[in-house]
Amino acid sequence: MPEHRVIGKALRKVDAVAKVTGATKFADDLAFPRMLYCKLLRSTEPHARIISIETTAAASFDGVQAVLTGRDLPIPFGILPVSQDEHALCVDKVRFIGDPVAAVAATSEETATAALDLIKVVYEPLQSIASAEEAVAHPEPRIHDYGDGGNLHKLVDLEFGDADAGIAEGDIVREDLFFFEGSTHLPMEQHAAVAMWSPDGKLTLWTSTQTPHYVHRAVAKVLELAPARVRVIATPNGGGFGGKSDPFNHEIAVAKLAMLTGRPVKITLTREEVFYCHRGRHPTLMWVKTGVKRDGSITGMHFRSLLDGGAYGSYGVASTYYTGALQTVTYHVPRYHFQGARAFTNKAPCGPKRGHGTPQPRFALEVHLDKIAEQLGIDPAELRLKTLVPPNSLTANYLRVGSMGLGTCIAKVVEGSDWKRKFRKLPEGHGVGLACSSYISGAGLPIYWNNMPHSGVQLKCDRSGGVTVFCGSTEIGQGSDSILAYIVAEVLGIDPFDVAVVTADTDLTPVDLGSYSSRVTLMSGNAALQAAERARQILALHAGRKLEVPSERLTFADGRVFDSRDSKRGMAFAEAVQWAEAAEGTIGTVGSYTPPQSAGKYRGAGVGPSPAYSYSACVAEVDVDPETGIVRVPTIWIAHDVGRSINSASVIGQVEGSIYMGLGEALMEEMTYRGDLKVVHKIPSLLEYKSPTTLEMCDVVTYLVEDPDPNGPFGAKEVGQGPLLPVMPAVANAVYDAVRVRIDEVPITPEKVLKALKRKQKGELARYGPDSFPEIPWPEPVRVPTPWEGGDGKAVARVHA
Amino acid sequence: MSNESKVKIALVVNDEPAEVAFAPHKTLLEVLREDLSLTGTKHGCELGECGTCTVLLDGTPVLSCLVLGLACAGRRVRTVEAMAQAGKLHPLQETFADLGAAQCGYCTPAFLLAAEALLSANPNPTRGEIKEALAGNLCRCTGYLKIYEAVELAAERMHARA
Repeated sequence: MPEHRVIGKALRKVDAVAKVTGATKFADDLAFPRMLYCKLLRSTEPHARIISIETTAAASFDGVQAVLTGRDLPIPFGILPVSQDEHALCVDKVRFIGDPVAAVAATSEETATAALDLIKVVYEPLQSIASAEEAVAHPEPRIHDYGDGGNLHKLVDLEFGDADAGIAEGDIVREDLFFFEGSTHLPMEQHAAVAMWSPDGKLTLWTSTQTPHYVHRAVAKVLELAPARVRVIATPNGGGFGGKSDPFNHEIAVAKLAMLTGRPVKITLTREEVFYCHRGRHPTLMWVKTGVKRDGSITGMHFRSLLDGGAYGSYGVASTYYTGALQTVTYHVPRYHFQGARAFTNKAPCGPKRGHGTPQPRFALEVHLDKIAEQLGIDPAELRLKTLVPPNSLTANYLRVGSMGLGTCIAKVVEGSDWKRKFRKLPEGHGVGLACSSYISGAGLPIYWNNMPHSGVQLKCDRSGGVTVFCGSTEIGQGSDSILAYIVAEVLGIDPFDVAVVTADTDLTPVDLGSYSSRVTLMSGNAALQAAERARQILALHAGRKLEVPSERLTFADGRVFDSRDSKRGMAFAEAVQWAEAAEGTIGTVGSYTPPQSAGKYRGAGVGPSPAYSYSACVAEVDVDPETGIVRVPTIWIAHDVGRSINSASVIGQVEGSIYMGLGEALMEEMTYRGDLKVVHKIPSLLEYKSPTTLEMCDVVTYLVEDPDPNGPFGAKEVGQGPLLPVMPAVANAVYDAVRVRIDEVPITPEKVLKALKRKQKGELARYGPDSFPEIPWPEPVRVPTPWEGGDGKAVARVHA
Repeated sequence: MSNESKVKIALVVNDEPAEVAFAPHKTLLEVLREDLSLTGTKHGCELGECGTCTVLLDGTPVLSCLVLGLACAGRRVRTVEAMAQAGKLHPLQETFADLGAAQCGYCTPAFLLAAEALLSANPNPTRGEIKEALAGNLCRCTGYLKIYEAVELAAERMHARA
């Protein structure tokens, strides 16, 4: 292994000083002369036809400069090409409480707010749908007039081999039901955006988005502007976690208002409005049936999920597939049947939250396996070790697994937590639980079909010795700007703080698809690596000529370029740039990254493939108070296979942050609704939406497993999302170890624990969780023979009787 | 409302006397950000729930979204902008930067000021005392652990320096 000077070190982030001095400009920190303030009028009805909107009084209110309604912005948009179902402002129908219907721009925020009260909307209420089960039962009235029938947005049915036959081969067959409540991202920064229109026909939009490229496309589409005349700048995000990955109505509204008024227009959402933007975790009901041999090997699995999508499509089609895609990348599942359904409901739209569609099935699968292990009398850690997917293999659903460090991860947490002395041996009320997971390092396919790279980098070498990296990637706190600097600095042998980073500006930076699906380190990292290697090649050529040393013998390190056999024979990095510039002109290179082709060729094969999968194993220790039902988590041990740390401090920071967020989902976070119709958000505030404070956060013992993956830059895989996934099932399994009740639902609230304990006392099934899965009109499955049945990744042709 | 007449107060902001005129309903948060251009102070809810807008008022952490600007006449306000002196970071800023206690950085100014107030009252806090002192500040990125470590390391360094 070559020695690295930058890679793997716990360096400061390149933006750390700006962050600790308050100098970082977030979107709401921007202000311009003559700037106007925008407020949105939001629907008070969960589901209604808009009969009329009267805006005259608001428009003539002193200080109001413009008022918009849906008629001004008739073109629909949405993140996925198959779900273009949103309007910046509702046109003829509202679909949830909080759906925006009008926008006002005024000289102050107070004036804009006062003007909203003058807008009169007449609604004709329609029956509302509050849950996925209700959506299944009530195909009418339809919330949208597209989808897979009634209020079902999407139905998926994929079968890899004959799963029923596989399950029947098991020595035991187990069926379980689980429910995962929805939760929201809760970034500390409320979404904000500022738009500016120039009389030369150019629009600039600063916005707290994770995906400036997709916002660019949506804004150009809805406003019918030439994309080259639209500039989107993603401001550093004050936390995203997936909640700022969609193009949003408020971004389009301020852009239109800036065009109409010719003045800069800003919007900053209130915390309440952030809850309406949502796009968080889908509430998901799951059923799983697995056949298992006595030795723990899985013979077949059938998994069903029903997702409550809320009012719009968002990423929901992808989310639905993700609830079925990654079950196969941790444990060998030889035959697998997945059926997933997403329903529309009259609630804030769900979308991608950290782990996107995979934490719910991971919770179900890992608790299900815990029950299987108990039934078989096998230690749950041993059970998993016996069924691991081998590295460099293809799964039943054609996902290509590369490096695979889950076995090492399990061994680390088993040892670190003293698992063998604790499991089923701690006193009543205390318990340990184990769970594992895997996550993608970026999606194999782009959101809209094209053959272009997923990430691009331009690199400029200055004769001062400074290097500037330009990349469309978006800093959301995960450290993506630093990753670019570290990788370039490593390759060119310079100090990362001599690298300037320009990111997330559609005028200045090559496209990167965005900060989602844990793709940035791997994809923008590979693009930066390629650009830096190309630059090194040019510099080496000219430095080598000057030094009279073959260029391949040159080392780039410590700000110098020198002969690897005689380190005194060399020159400063800046001088190498100067010789190269004198010979060739301005020194600049490009790099780009496109993921490898996926092996699956069936319809639906686009979700799941990734250049590399991360792996995590987790042990949670809990204390359960049988009087109150309160679950406390003193410690979590987590081992994460990151391939290679680019910055070990940042990697551990991502792991700890994931554990924190997972702990919140395990114990308290829930996006719940109240009222007679159950469609009014249950107090959308930071106080009432419970999240862990310093007093609830557990200790975390982190082990990094570094098994470099050939597809990652320096071997790096993802870390931002995977370590969240095993927390919820590990806590649920630990609760069972502590008090022998199964909580098959998250969050594991005191109320649920007490109900289950009461059932246990009465001699009933010691469990809290769902007890049925509704009948769903599944389509004919897409049947794909597995690789070991001689399949080629394609579905078999449907036979019509 | 936009024509509401302004009030003018004198106060000390970051060790310098300041006079500022603003609409009387404005909170200290709004006065700092909008009338004094001190945008280092952030907001997460403007309802006193998240701690993100913490500043020091006469040395004590307050939620600037719950304090009226008018109530600050004659008082001392300290924001994150004053922590680095003569181009050098405060020890807490150094350790927050070095240990990765700031990820997205949005809640960071508030944590820094709350920690500074803690260390001036209690130069050697235990882990439990740090948790207690920071329990009113939410952070969604770090899980707080790196923040505790940064406060502990800064306390150690400040102690060694004193």
